[in-house]
Amino acid sequence: MHNLIREFWPSTVDGLTLGSIYALIALGYTLVYGVLRLINFAHSEVFMVGTLGSLFMLHAIGVNSPQTGFALVGVLLLMLLAAMAVSGITAVLLERIAYRPLRRRGAGRLAALISAIGASFFLQEVVALRYGRDLIAFPRVMKKVTLFKIGAGDVRNDKLIVFVAAIVLMFVLERFVNGTRLGRGIRATAQDAETAVLMGVNIDRVVVATFVLGGLMAGVAAMLYGLRFENTQYIAGFVPGIKAFTAAVLGGIGNLRGALLGGLLLGLVESYGASFFGSQWLDVVAFAVLVIVLMFRPTGLLGEALSRARA
Amino acid sequence: MLLELKDVHVHYGKVEALKGISITVDEGEIVTLIGANGAGKTTTLKTISGVRPVTSGSVTFRGDNITSLPGHRRVERGLSQAPEGRGIFPGMTVVENLEMGAYARRGSQRKEVPADFERVYQLFPRLAERRSQMGGTLSGGEQQMLAIGRALMARPQVLLLDEPSMGLAPKLVSQIFQIIREISAQGTTILLVEQNAVQALSLAHRAYVLESGLVVRSADAHSLLDDESVRAAYLGGAVGSGGSGGSGGSGGS
Repeated sequence: MHNLIREFWPSTVDGLTLGSIYALIALGYTLVYGVLRLINFAHSEVFMVGTLGSLFMLHAIGVNSPQTGFALVGVLLLMLLAAMAVSGITAVLLERIAYRPLRRRGAGRLAALISAIGASFFLQEVVALRYGRDLIAFPRVMKKVTLFKIGAGDVRNDKLIVFVAAIVLMFVLERFVNGTRLGRGIRATAQDAETAVLMGVNIDRVVVATFVLGGLMAGVAAMLYGLRFENTQYIAGFVPGIKAFTAAVLGGIGNLRGALLGGLLLGLVESYGASFFGSQWLDVVAFAVLVIVLMFRPTGLLGEALSRARA
Repeated sequence: MLLELKDVHVHYGKVEALKGISITVDEGEIVTLIGANGAGKTTTLKTISGVRPVTSGSVTFRGDNITSLPGHRRVERGLSQAPEGRGIFPGMTVVENLEMGAYARRGSQRKEVPADFERVYQLFPRLAERRSQMGGTLSGGEQQMLAIGRALMARPQVLLLDEPSMGLAPKLVSQIFQIIREISAQGTTILLVEQNAVQALSLAHRAYVLESGLVVRSADAHSLLDDESVRAAYLGGAVGSGGSGGSGGSGGS
Protein backbone atom coordinates (compact mmCIF):
# COMPACT_ATOMS: atom_id res chain seq x y z
CA MET A 1 0.00 0.00 0.00
CA HIS A 2 2.63 2.52 0.95
CA ASN A 3 4.21 1.78 -2.38
CA LEU A 4 1.19 3.31 -4.02
CA ILE A 5 1.28 6.30 -1.70
CA ARG A 6 4.95 6.92 -2.36
CA GLU A 7 4.42 6.38 -6.07
CA PHE A 8 1.15 8.23 -6.34
CA TRP A 9 2.32 11.41 -8.02
CA PRO A 10 4.93 9.82 -10.27
CA SER A 11 2.29 7.26 -11.28
CA THR A 12 -0.18 10.02 -12.00
CA VAL A 13 2.27 11.80 -14.28
CA ASP A 14 3.17 8.60 -16.13
CA GLY A 15 -0.44 7.47 -16.30
CA LEU A 16 -1.60 10.73 -17.84
CA THR A 17 1.23 10.64 -20.37
CA LEU A 18 0.48 7.12 -21.48
CA GLY A 19 -3.24 7.77 -21.29
CA SER A 20 -2.87 10.76 -23.62
CA ILE A 21 -1.36 8.52 -26.27
CA TYR A 22 -4.13 5.97 -25.77
CA ALA A 23 -6.71 8.73 -26.04
CA LEU A 24 -5.35 10.03 -29.34
CA ILE A 25 -5.38 6.56 -30.86
CA ALA A 26 -8.80 5.85 -29.33
CA LEU A 27 -10.26 8.81 -31.23
CA GLY A 28 -9.62 6.96 -34.48
CA TYR A 29 -11.40 3.83 -33.30
CA THR A 30 -14.31 5.82 -31.99
CA LEU A 31 -14.72 8.03 -35.08
CA VAL A 32 -14.77 5.11 -37.49
CA TYR A 33 -16.97 3.03 -35.22
CA GLY A 34 -19.41 5.90 -34.83
CA VAL A 35 -19.91 6.23 -38.55
CA LEU A 36 -19.50 2.66 -39.87
CA ARG A 37 -20.10 0.54 -36.75
CA LEU A 38 -16.81 -1.06 -37.68
CA ILE A 39 -13.88 -1.79 -35.40
CA ASN A 40 -10.97 -0.78 -37.58
CA PHE A 41 -8.48 -3.27 -36.20
CA ALA A 42 -5.82 -2.05 -38.59
CA HIS A 43 -5.85 1.30 -36.78
CA SER A 44 -3.00 0.10 -34.55
CA GLU A 45 -0.89 -0.21 -37.70
CA VAL A 46 -1.95 3.25 -38.82
CA PHE A 47 -0.33 4.38 -35.58
CA MET A 48 2.73 2.15 -36.07
CA VAL A 49 3.56 3.44 -39.55
CA GLY A 50 3.28 6.95 -38.11
CA THR A 51 6.12 6.24 -35.71
CA LEU A 52 8.22 5.18 -38.68
CA GLY A 53 7.19 8.33 -40.50
CA SER A 54 8.54 10.56 -37.77
CA LEU A 55 11.68 8.43 -37.40
CA PHE A 56 12.46 8.64 -41.11
CA MET A 57 11.89 12.35 -41.02
CA LEU A 58 14.65 12.55 -38.39
CA HIS A 59 16.91 10.49 -40.64
CA ALA A 60 16.03 12.63 -43.64
CA ILE A 61 16.88 15.90 -41.94
CA GLY A 62 19.94 14.33 -40.31
CA VAL A 63 19.07 14.99 -36.70
CA ASN A 64 20.83 12.63 -34.30
CA SER A 65 21.53 14.76 -31.29
CA PRO A 66 19.39 16.78 -28.87
CA GLN A 67 18.28 20.13 -30.21
CA THR A 68 17.29 23.30 -28.42
CA GLY A 69 15.27 26.45 -29.07
CA PHE A 70 13.85 27.06 -32.51
CA ALA A 71 15.74 24.15 -34.01
CA LEU A 72 13.97 21.84 -31.56
CA VAL A 73 10.57 23.31 -32.34
CA GLY A 74 11.24 22.89 -36.04
CA VAL A 75 12.37 19.29 -35.61
CA LEU A 76 9.32 18.42 -33.53
CA LEU A 77 6.98 20.00 -36.06
CA LEU A 78 8.61 18.11 -38.92
CA MET A 79 8.32 14.85 -37.00
CA LEU A 80 4.68 15.65 -36.37
CA LEU A 81 3.94 16.48 -40.00
CA ALA A 82 5.65 13.33 -41.23
CA ALA A 83 3.81 11.08 -38.79
CA MET A 84 0.46 12.71 -39.54
CA ALA A 85 1.00 12.46 -43.27
CA VAL A 86 2.06 8.82 -43.21
CA SER A 87 -0.71 7.76 -40.81
CA GLY A 88 -3.36 9.84 -42.57
CA ILE A 89 -2.48 8.48 -46.01
CA THR A 90 -2.34 4.92 -44.69
CA ALA A 91 -5.77 5.31 -43.11
CA VAL A 92 -7.27 6.58 -46.36
CA LEU A 93 -5.67 3.78 -48.40
CA LEU A 94 -6.98 1.28 -45.89
CA GLU A 95 -10.50 2.57 -46.37
CA ARG A 96 -10.17 2.54 -50.15
CA ILE A 97 -8.60 -0.90 -50.45
CA ALA A 98 -9.78 -2.92 -47.47
CA TYR A 99 -13.22 -1.54 -46.61
CA ARG A 100 -14.90 0.41 -49.39
CA PRO A 101 -15.05 -2.45 -51.90
CA LEU A 102 -16.78 -4.59 -49.28
CA ARG A 103 -19.17 -1.80 -48.34
CA ARG A 104 -20.05 -1.22 -52.00
CA ARG A 105 -21.02 -4.84 -52.39
CA GLY A 106 -23.11 -4.75 -49.28
CA ALA A 107 -20.89 -7.13 -47.30
CA GLY A 108 -21.67 -7.49 -43.62
CA ARG A 109 -19.70 -6.02 -40.79
CA LEU A 110 -18.06 -9.34 -40.05
CA ALA A 111 -16.49 -9.37 -43.50
CA ALA A 112 -15.14 -5.87 -42.90
CA LEU A 113 -13.76 -6.97 -39.54
CA ILE A 114 -11.89 -9.85 -41.13
CA SER A 115 -10.61 -7.51 -43.79
CA ALA A 116 -9.40 -5.21 -41.00
CA ILE A 117 -7.50 -8.02 -39.31
CA GLY A 118 -5.97 -9.02 -42.63
CA ALA A 119 -4.92 -5.45 -43.35
CA SER A 120 -3.40 -5.27 -39.88
CA PHE A 121 -1.20 -8.34 -40.46
CA PHE A 122 -0.33 -7.14 -43.93
CA LEU A 123 0.98 -3.80 -42.69
CA GLN A 124 2.91 -5.41 -39.83
CA GLU A 125 4.58 -7.91 -42.11
CA VAL A 126 5.44 -5.36 -44.78
CA VAL A 127 7.21 -3.29 -42.15
CA ALA A 128 8.87 -6.37 -40.63
CA LEU A 129 10.16 -7.54 -44.00
CA ARG A 130 11.44 -4.13 -44.93
CA TYR A 131 12.87 -2.95 -41.59
CA GLY A 132 13.31 -6.14 -39.58
CA ARG A 133 11.66 -7.39 -36.46
CA ASP A 134 13.94 -5.75 -33.90
CA LEU A 135 13.32 -2.58 -31.99
CA ILE A 136 14.36 0.45 -33.98
CA ALA A 137 15.78 3.23 -31.83
CA PHE A 138 14.96 6.89 -32.28
CA PRO A 139 17.77 9.38 -31.90
CA ARG A 140 17.24 11.63 -28.88
CA VAL A 141 15.99 14.92 -30.27
CA MET A 142 15.44 16.67 -26.99
CA LYS A 143 17.18 16.76 -23.66
CA LYS A 144 14.69 15.46 -21.14
CA VAL A 145 14.56 17.72 -18.14
CA THR A 146 12.24 18.03 -15.18
CA LEU A 147 10.26 21.23 -15.50
CA PHE A 148 8.49 21.13 -12.17
CA LYS A 149 7.17 18.74 -9.56
CA ILE A 150 3.67 17.74 -8.58
CA GLY A 151 4.02 16.19 -5.15
CA ALA A 152 6.81 13.69 -5.61
CA GLY A 153 6.17 13.43 -9.34
CA ASP A 154 8.65 14.90 -11.78
CA VAL A 155 6.93 16.56 -14.70
CA ARG A 156 9.39 16.16 -17.53
CA ASN A 157 9.27 18.26 -20.67
CA ASP A 158 8.50 15.36 -23.02
CA LYS A 159 5.68 14.10 -20.82
CA LEU A 160 4.18 17.54 -20.57
CA ILE A 161 4.28 17.93 -24.35
CA VAL A 162 2.45 14.63 -24.76
CA PHE A 163 -0.30 15.58 -22.34
CA VAL A 164 -0.78 19.13 -23.60
CA ALA A 165 -0.79 17.98 -27.23
CA ALA A 166 -3.52 15.42 -26.53
CA ILE A 167 -5.74 17.95 -24.77
CA VAL A 168 -5.24 20.60 -27.46
CA LEU A 169 -6.00 18.14 -30.26
CA MET A 170 -9.08 16.89 -28.51
CA PHE A 171 -10.28 20.48 -28.34
CA VAL A 172 -9.52 21.07 -32.02
CA LEU A 173 -11.28 17.87 -33.05
CA GLU A 174 -14.37 18.77 -31.04
CA ARG A 175 -14.44 22.17 -32.64
CA PHE A 176 -14.18 20.56 -36.04
CA VAL A 177 -16.92 18.03 -35.44
CA ASN A 178 -19.32 20.54 -33.91
CA GLY A 179 -18.43 23.64 -35.84
CA THR A 180 -17.94 22.68 -39.47
CA ARG A 181 -20.29 21.44 -42.15
CA LEU A 182 -18.36 18.23 -42.66
CA GLY A 183 -18.22 17.72 -38.91
CA ARG A 184 -21.99 18.04 -38.69
CA GLY A 185 -22.24 15.52 -41.50
CA ILE A 186 -20.11 13.13 -39.48
CA ARG A 187 -22.31 13.54 -36.42
CA ALA A 188 -25.49 13.10 -38.43
CA THR A 189 -24.18 9.98 -40.13
CA ALA A 190 -23.15 8.50 -36.80
CA GLN A 191 -26.61 9.10 -35.39
CA ASP A 192 -28.70 8.00 -38.37
CA ALA A 193 -26.96 7.29 -41.66
CA GLU A 194 -30.03 6.98 -43.87
CA THR A 195 -31.57 10.19 -42.61
CA ALA A 196 -28.20 11.89 -43.10
CA VAL A 197 -28.43 11.02 -46.80
CA LEU A 198 -31.91 12.53 -46.88
CA MET A 199 -30.34 15.76 -45.59
CA GLY A 200 -27.83 15.74 -48.45
CA VAL A 201 -24.85 14.28 -46.63
CA ASN A 202 -22.40 12.46 -48.89
CA ILE A 203 -21.72 9.35 -46.83
CA ASP A 204 -18.62 8.37 -48.79
CA ARG A 205 -17.06 11.72 -48.06
CA VAL A 206 -17.98 11.43 -44.40
CA VAL A 207 -16.38 8.00 -44.22
CA VAL A 208 -13.16 9.23 -45.80
CA ALA A 209 -13.16 12.20 -43.43
CA THR A 210 -13.41 9.97 -40.38
CA PHE A 211 -10.53 7.84 -41.59
CA VAL A 212 -8.45 10.95 -42.30
CA LEU A 213 -9.21 12.46 -38.90
CA GLY A 214 -8.54 9.18 -37.11
CA GLY A 215 -5.33 8.76 -39.08
CA LEU A 216 -4.13 12.27 -38.28
CA MET A 217 -4.78 11.74 -34.58
CA ALA A 218 -2.95 8.40 -34.70
CA GLY A 219 -0.09 10.23 -36.41
CA VAL A 220 0.11 12.73 -33.58
CA ALA A 221 0.06 9.86 -31.09
CA ALA A 222 2.83 8.16 -33.06
CA MET A 223 5.08 11.20 -33.00
CA LEU A 224 4.49 11.66 -29.27
CA TYR A 225 5.18 7.99 -28.69
CA GLY A 226 8.49 8.31 -30.52
CA LEU A 227 9.39 11.35 -28.48
CA ARG A 228 8.47 9.69 -25.21
CA PHE A 229 9.68 6.11 -25.69
CA GLU A 230 12.33 6.65 -28.39
CA ASN A 231 11.83 3.38 -30.18
CA THR A 232 9.46 1.59 -32.50
CA GLN A 233 8.99 -1.81 -34.09
CA TYR A 234 6.81 -3.53 -36.67
CA ILE A 235 4.56 -4.62 -33.81
CA ALA A 236 4.74 -1.35 -31.85
CA GLY A 237 1.10 -0.64 -32.66
CA PHE A 238 -0.31 -3.80 -31.20
CA VAL A 239 -0.36 -3.09 -27.48
CA PRO A 240 -1.14 0.64 -27.72
CA GLY A 241 -3.81 -0.23 -30.27
CA ILE A 242 -5.50 -2.78 -28.05
CA LYS A 243 -5.27 -0.41 -25.11
CA ALA A 244 -6.68 2.46 -27.13
CA PHE A 245 -9.54 0.29 -28.30
CA THR A 246 -10.15 -0.63 -24.68
CA ALA A 247 -10.07 3.05 -23.78
CA ALA A 248 -12.62 3.83 -26.49
CA VAL A 249 -14.96 1.15 -25.17
CA LEU A 250 -14.36 2.24 -21.59
CA GLY A 251 -15.30 5.83 -22.41
CA GLY A 252 -18.22 4.78 -24.61
CA ILE A 253 -17.33 3.95 -28.18
CA GLY A 254 -18.62 6.47 -30.67
CA ASN A 255 -18.15 9.30 -28.20
CA LEU A 256 -15.18 11.66 -28.69
CA ARG A 257 -14.97 12.88 -25.12
CA GLY A 258 -15.41 9.29 -24.03
CA ALA A 259 -12.24 8.42 -25.94
CA LEU A 260 -10.28 11.10 -24.09
CA LEU A 261 -11.74 10.18 -20.74
CA GLY A 262 -11.29 6.45 -21.35
CA GLY A 263 -7.70 6.93 -22.50
CA LEU A 264 -6.64 9.04 -19.55
CA LEU A 265 -8.47 6.80 -17.12
CA LEU A 266 -6.95 3.65 -18.53
CA GLY A 267 -3.48 5.19 -18.41
CA LEU A 268 -3.97 6.15 -14.78
CA VAL A 269 -5.44 2.81 -13.75
CA GLU A 270 -2.58 0.96 -15.40
CA SER A 271 -0.04 3.18 -13.82
CA TYR A 272 -1.54 2.96 -10.32
CA GLY A 273 -2.10 -0.76 -10.73
CA ALA A 274 1.52 -1.26 -11.70
CA SER A 275 2.84 0.55 -8.66
CA PHE A 276 0.39 -1.20 -6.34
CA PHE A 277 0.61 -4.78 -7.61
CA GLY A 278 3.87 -4.61 -9.53
CA SER A 279 4.31 -3.79 -13.19
CA GLN A 280 3.73 -7.36 -14.39
CA TRP A 281 0.09 -6.90 -13.30
CA LEU A 282 -0.41 -3.81 -15.42
CA ASP A 283 -2.49 -5.44 -18.16
CA VAL A 284 -4.48 -7.54 -15.71
CA VAL A 285 -5.51 -4.44 -13.80
CA ALA A 286 -6.37 -2.54 -16.97
CA PHE A 287 -8.68 -5.19 -18.33
CA ALA A 288 -10.19 -6.02 -14.95
CA VAL A 289 -11.25 -2.38 -14.73
CA LEU A 290 -12.71 -2.55 -18.22
CA VAL A 291 -14.79 -5.61 -17.35
CA ILE A 292 -16.03 -4.08 -14.11
CA VAL A 293 -16.98 -0.79 -15.75
CA LEU A 294 -18.82 -2.57 -18.56
CA MET A 295 -20.73 -4.70 -16.08
CA PHE A 296 -22.19 -1.59 -14.53
CA ARG A 297 -22.23 0.62 -17.61
CA PRO A 298 -22.45 -1.59 -20.69
CA THR A 299 -22.32 1.41 -23.00
CA GLY A 300 -19.14 2.76 -21.40
CA LEU A 301 -18.78 5.81 -19.21
CA LEU A 302 -20.16 8.36 -21.68
CA GLY A 303 -21.83 5.94 -24.06
CA GLU A 304 -25.43 6.80 -23.42
CA ALA A 305 -25.92 9.06 -26.40
CA LEU A 306 -24.81 6.31 -28.74
CA SER A 307 -27.21 3.68 -27.44
CA ARG A 308 -29.99 6.19 -27.86
CA ALA A 309 -28.78 7.02 -31.31
CA ARG A 310 -28.93 3.41 -32.35
CA ALA A 311 -32.33 2.72 -30.87
CA MET B 1 -44.81 17.48 -64.72
CA LEU B 2 -42.59 17.92 -61.71
CA LEU B 3 -41.93 14.35 -60.60
CA GLU B 4 -42.56 11.13 -62.45
CA LEU B 5 -41.94 7.47 -61.62
CA LYS B 6 -42.23 5.17 -64.62
CA ASP B 7 -42.60 1.44 -64.12
CA VAL B 8 -40.30 1.39 -61.08
CA HIS B 9 -39.25 -1.99 -59.74
CA VAL B 10 -37.37 -2.26 -56.44
CA HIS B 11 -36.03 -5.37 -54.75
CA TYR B 12 -34.97 -6.11 -51.20
CA GLY B 13 -32.72 -9.04 -51.82
CA LYS B 14 -34.91 -11.38 -53.82
CA VAL B 15 -38.18 -9.93 -52.61
CA GLU B 16 -39.77 -7.55 -55.05
CA ALA B 17 -41.12 -4.65 -53.01
CA LEU B 18 -42.23 -2.47 -55.92
CA LYS B 19 -43.55 -4.29 -58.97
CA GLY B 20 -43.75 -1.54 -61.51
CA ILE B 21 -45.01 1.66 -59.92
CA SER B 22 -45.90 4.64 -62.08
CA ILE B 23 -46.75 7.91 -60.40
CA THR B 24 -46.80 11.56 -61.41
CA VAL B 25 -46.82 14.68 -59.29
CA ASP B 26 -47.57 18.08 -60.79
CA GLU B 27 -46.48 21.43 -59.53
CA GLY B 28 -48.54 22.73 -56.64
CA GLU B 29 -50.35 19.48 -56.00
CA ILE B 30 -50.82 17.46 -52.87
CA VAL B 31 -50.67 13.83 -53.95
CA THR B 32 -51.15 11.02 -51.49
CA LEU B 33 -50.19 7.36 -51.54
CA ILE B 34 -52.46 5.23 -49.41
CA GLY B 35 -52.55 1.54 -48.77
CA ALA B 36 -51.98 -1.08 -46.14
CA ASN B 37 -48.79 -1.90 -44.33
CA GLY B 38 -46.23 -3.40 -46.68
CA ALA B 39 -47.92 -2.08 -49.80
CA GLY B 40 -44.73 -0.28 -50.81
CA LYS B 41 -45.56 3.28 -49.83
CA THR B 42 -42.42 3.91 -47.80
CA THR B 43 -40.26 2.10 -50.35
CA THR B 44 -41.66 4.40 -53.03
CA LEU B 45 -40.62 7.49 -51.07
CA LYS B 46 -37.18 6.02 -50.32
CA THR B 47 -36.74 5.28 -53.99
CA ILE B 48 -37.63 8.86 -54.91
CA SER B 49 -35.11 10.12 -52.35
CA GLY B 50 -32.47 7.76 -53.71
CA VAL B 51 -31.82 5.70 -50.61
CA ARG B 52 -33.16 2.55 -52.32
CA PRO B 53 -31.75 1.59 -55.70
CA VAL B 54 -34.18 0.72 -58.47
CA THR B 55 -33.95 -2.56 -60.32
CA SER B 56 -35.62 -1.08 -63.39
CA GLY B 57 -37.78 1.84 -64.35
CA SER B 58 -37.03 5.55 -64.11
CA VAL B 59 -37.43 8.51 -61.82
CA THR B 60 -37.68 11.89 -63.51
CA PHE B 61 -37.58 15.17 -61.63
CA ARG B 62 -38.01 18.57 -63.29
CA GLY B 63 -37.32 16.95 -66.63
CA ASP B 64 -34.05 15.31 -65.57
CA ASN B 65 -33.65 11.59 -65.26
CA ILE B 66 -32.40 11.18 -61.68
CA THR B 67 -32.74 7.40 -61.49
CA SER B 68 -29.07 6.87 -60.79
CA LEU B 69 -28.35 10.16 -59.03
CA PRO B 70 -27.03 9.49 -55.49
CA GLY B 71 -29.47 10.32 -52.71
CA HIS B 72 -27.48 13.17 -51.26
CA ARG B 73 -27.45 14.99 -54.61
CA ARG B 74 -31.23 14.82 -54.90
CA VAL B 75 -31.65 17.16 -51.96
CA GLU B 76 -29.78 19.88 -53.85
CA ARG B 77 -32.15 19.34 -56.78
CA GLY B 78 -35.16 20.09 -54.58
CA LEU B 79 -36.42 16.82 -53.13
CA SER B 80 -36.55 16.56 -49.38
CA GLN B 81 -38.20 14.11 -47.05
CA ALA B 82 -39.53 13.80 -43.54
CA PRO B 83 -38.98 10.06 -43.23
CA GLU B 84 -41.01 7.36 -41.59
CA GLY B 85 -40.28 7.24 -37.87
CA ARG B 86 -39.20 10.91 -38.17
CA GLY B 87 -35.46 10.26 -38.27
CA ILE B 88 -34.65 12.94 -35.73
CA PHE B 89 -30.96 13.09 -34.82
CA PRO B 90 -31.29 12.32 -31.11
CA GLY B 91 -27.97 13.79 -30.03
CA MET B 92 -28.52 17.10 -31.81
CA THR B 93 -30.55 20.03 -30.57
CA VAL B 94 -33.64 21.28 -32.38
CA VAL B 95 -31.56 24.04 -33.97
CA GLU B 96 -28.88 21.57 -35.07
CA ASN B 97 -31.52 19.26 -36.54
CA LEU B 98 -32.99 22.16 -38.50
CA GLU B 99 -29.52 23.19 -39.59
CA MET B 100 -29.02 19.66 -40.93
CA GLY B 101 -32.09 20.24 -43.07
CA ALA B 102 -30.21 23.08 -44.76
CA TYR B 103 -27.07 20.96 -45.18
CA ALA B 104 -27.39 20.78 -48.95
CA ARG B 105 -27.63 24.55 -49.32
CA ARG B 106 -24.32 26.14 -50.03
CA GLY B 107 -22.84 29.43 -51.17
CA SER B 108 -25.40 32.08 -52.06
CA GLN B 109 -28.27 29.79 -51.02
CA ARG B 110 -27.13 30.13 -47.41
CA LYS B 111 -28.22 33.75 -47.28
CA GLU B 112 -31.85 32.83 -46.83
CA VAL B 113 -31.29 30.16 -44.20
CA PRO B 114 -31.98 32.49 -41.25
CA ALA B 115 -35.26 33.55 -42.86
CA ASP B 116 -36.20 29.90 -43.28
CA PHE B 117 -35.52 29.26 -39.62
CA GLU B 118 -38.03 31.99 -38.89
CA ARG B 119 -40.51 30.49 -41.31
CA VAL B 120 -40.24 27.09 -39.61
CA TYR B 121 -40.60 28.68 -36.17
CA GLN B 122 -43.72 30.46 -37.40
CA LEU B 123 -45.24 27.22 -38.65
CA PHE B 124 -44.21 25.41 -35.47
CA PRO B 125 -43.97 27.84 -32.56
CA ARG B 126 -43.37 24.83 -30.34
CA LEU B 127 -40.00 24.27 -32.00
CA ALA B 128 -38.96 27.80 -31.22
CA GLU B 129 -39.62 27.13 -27.55
CA ARG B 130 -37.58 23.94 -27.69
CA ARG B 131 -34.69 25.34 -29.73
CA SER B 132 -31.85 24.09 -27.56
CA GLN B 133 -33.45 20.84 -26.45
CA MET B 134 -31.96 17.55 -27.68
CA GLY B 135 -33.95 15.92 -30.48
CA GLY B 136 -34.06 12.62 -28.61
CA THR B 137 -35.90 14.18 -25.68
CA LEU B 138 -38.80 15.68 -27.67
CA SER B 139 -42.29 14.23 -27.60
CA GLY B 140 -43.59 12.33 -30.62
CA GLY B 141 -45.57 15.29 -31.89
CA GLU B 142 -42.65 17.66 -31.47
CA GLN B 143 -40.39 15.23 -33.30
CA GLN B 144 -42.84 15.12 -36.18
CA MET B 145 -42.94 18.91 -36.32
CA LEU B 146 -39.16 18.92 -36.28
CA ALA B 147 -38.99 16.34 -39.06
CA ILE B 148 -41.28 18.42 -41.28
CA GLY B 149 -39.57 21.67 -40.35
CA ARG B 150 -36.19 20.15 -41.07
CA ALA B 151 -37.33 18.95 -44.49
CA LEU B 152 -38.55 22.48 -45.24
CA MET B 153 -35.10 23.88 -44.42
CA ALA B 154 -33.92 22.37 -47.70
CA ARG B 155 -36.36 24.65 -49.57
CA PRO B 156 -37.77 21.69 -51.46
CA GLN B 157 -39.76 21.84 -54.69
CA VAL B 158 -41.36 18.59 -53.64
CA LEU B 159 -41.77 17.72 -49.99
CA LEU B 160 -42.04 14.01 -49.28
CA LEU B 161 -43.88 13.17 -46.08
CA ASP B 162 -43.91 9.62 -44.77
CA GLU B 163 -46.69 8.91 -42.29
CA PRO B 164 -46.68 12.23 -40.47
CA SER B 165 -49.66 11.10 -38.39
CA MET B 166 -48.05 7.92 -37.11
CA GLY B 167 -48.38 7.43 -33.38
CA LEU B 168 -49.89 10.85 -32.73
CA ALA B 169 -53.02 11.73 -30.79
CA PRO B 170 -56.01 12.72 -33.01
CA LYS B 171 -55.79 16.35 -31.97
CA LEU B 172 -52.14 16.52 -32.98
CA VAL B 173 -52.91 14.73 -36.23
CA SER B 174 -55.38 17.38 -37.34
CA GLN B 175 -52.90 20.06 -36.27
CA ILE B 176 -50.17 18.48 -38.40
CA PHE B 177 -52.52 18.14 -41.37
CA GLN B 178 -53.52 21.77 -40.99
CA ILE B 179 -49.86 22.73 -41.21
CA ILE B 180 -49.34 20.53 -44.26
CA ARG B 181 -52.20 22.41 -45.93
CA GLU B 182 -50.48 25.67 -45.01
CA ILE B 183 -47.15 24.52 -46.45
CA SER B 184 -48.94 23.60 -49.64
CA ALA B 185 -50.65 26.98 -49.75
CA GLN B 186 -47.24 28.62 -49.47
CA GLY B 187 -46.34 26.94 -52.76
CA THR B 188 -44.59 23.67 -51.94
CA THR B 189 -45.65 20.55 -53.82
CA ILE B 190 -46.33 17.64 -51.50
CA LEU B 191 -46.25 13.87 -51.86
CA LEU B 192 -47.81 12.37 -48.76
CA VAL B 193 -47.73 8.76 -47.66
CA GLU B 194 -50.42 7.88 -45.13
CA GLN B 195 -52.18 5.02 -43.43
CA ASN B 196 -54.69 7.49 -42.13
CA ALA B 197 -56.54 7.46 -45.43
CA VAL B 198 -59.51 9.65 -44.49
CA GLN B 199 -57.32 12.53 -43.40
CA ALA B 200 -54.99 12.09 -46.35
CA LEU B 201 -57.79 11.94 -48.92
CA SER B 202 -59.57 14.99 -47.54
CA LEU B 203 -56.33 16.94 -47.77
CA ALA B 204 -54.97 15.76 -51.12
CA HIS B 205 -55.90 16.63 -54.69
CA ARG B 206 -55.09 13.22 -56.12
CA ALA B 207 -54.40 9.81 -54.68
CA TYR B 208 -52.85 6.50 -55.58
CA VAL B 209 -53.87 3.30 -53.85
CA LEU B 210 -50.99 0.87 -53.43
CA GLU B 211 -51.35 -2.84 -52.84
CA SER B 212 -48.44 -5.26 -52.57
CA GLY B 213 -46.10 -3.19 -54.66
CA LEU B 214 -48.58 -2.13 -57.32
CA VAL B 215 -50.76 0.88 -57.97
CA VAL B 216 -54.28 -0.50 -57.99
CA ARG B 217 -56.20 2.78 -58.19
CA SER B 218 -55.37 6.30 -59.13
CA ALA B 219 -58.01 8.96 -58.93
CA ASP B 220 -59.19 12.23 -57.59
CA ALA B 221 -58.84 12.20 -53.83
CA HIS B 222 -62.45 13.19 -53.27
CA SER B 223 -63.87 10.55 -55.54
CA LEU B 224 -61.89 7.91 -53.63
CA LEU B 225 -63.32 9.21 -50.37
CA ASP B 226 -66.77 8.42 -51.74
CA ASP B 227 -65.80 5.16 -53.38
CA GLU B 228 -67.39 2.11 -51.81
CA SER B 229 -64.62 -0.41 -52.43
CA VAL B 230 -61.94 1.98 -51.17
CA ARG B 231 -64.02 2.81 -48.14
CA ALA B 232 -64.36 -0.85 -47.34
CA ALA B 233 -60.67 -1.55 -47.74
CA TYR B 234 -58.99 1.48 -46.24
CA LEU B 235 -61.41 3.79 -44.56
CA GLY B 236 -63.65 1.50 -42.60
CA GLY B 237 -61.46 0.00 -39.93
CA ALA B 238 -59.01 1.49 -37.52
CA VAL B 239 -55.78 2.99 -38.78
CA GLY B 240 -53.34 0.27 -39.69
CA SER B 241 -55.89 -2.49 -39.98
CA GLY B 242 -54.99 -4.79 -42.81
CA GLY B 243 -56.41 -3.79 -46.16
CA SER B 244 -55.24 -6.83 -48.02
CA GLY B 245 -58.79 -7.81 -48.86
CA GLY B 246 -59.33 -4.56 -50.74
CA SER B 247 -60.56 -5.38 -54.19
CA GLY B 248 -60.50 -2.05 -55.95
CA GLY B 249 -59.65 -3.89 -59.14
CA SER B 250 -61.26 -1.33 -61.36
CA GLY B 251 -59.35 1.73 -62.38
CA GLY B 252 -55.68 1.22 -63.05
CA SER B 253 -52.25 2.62 -62.82
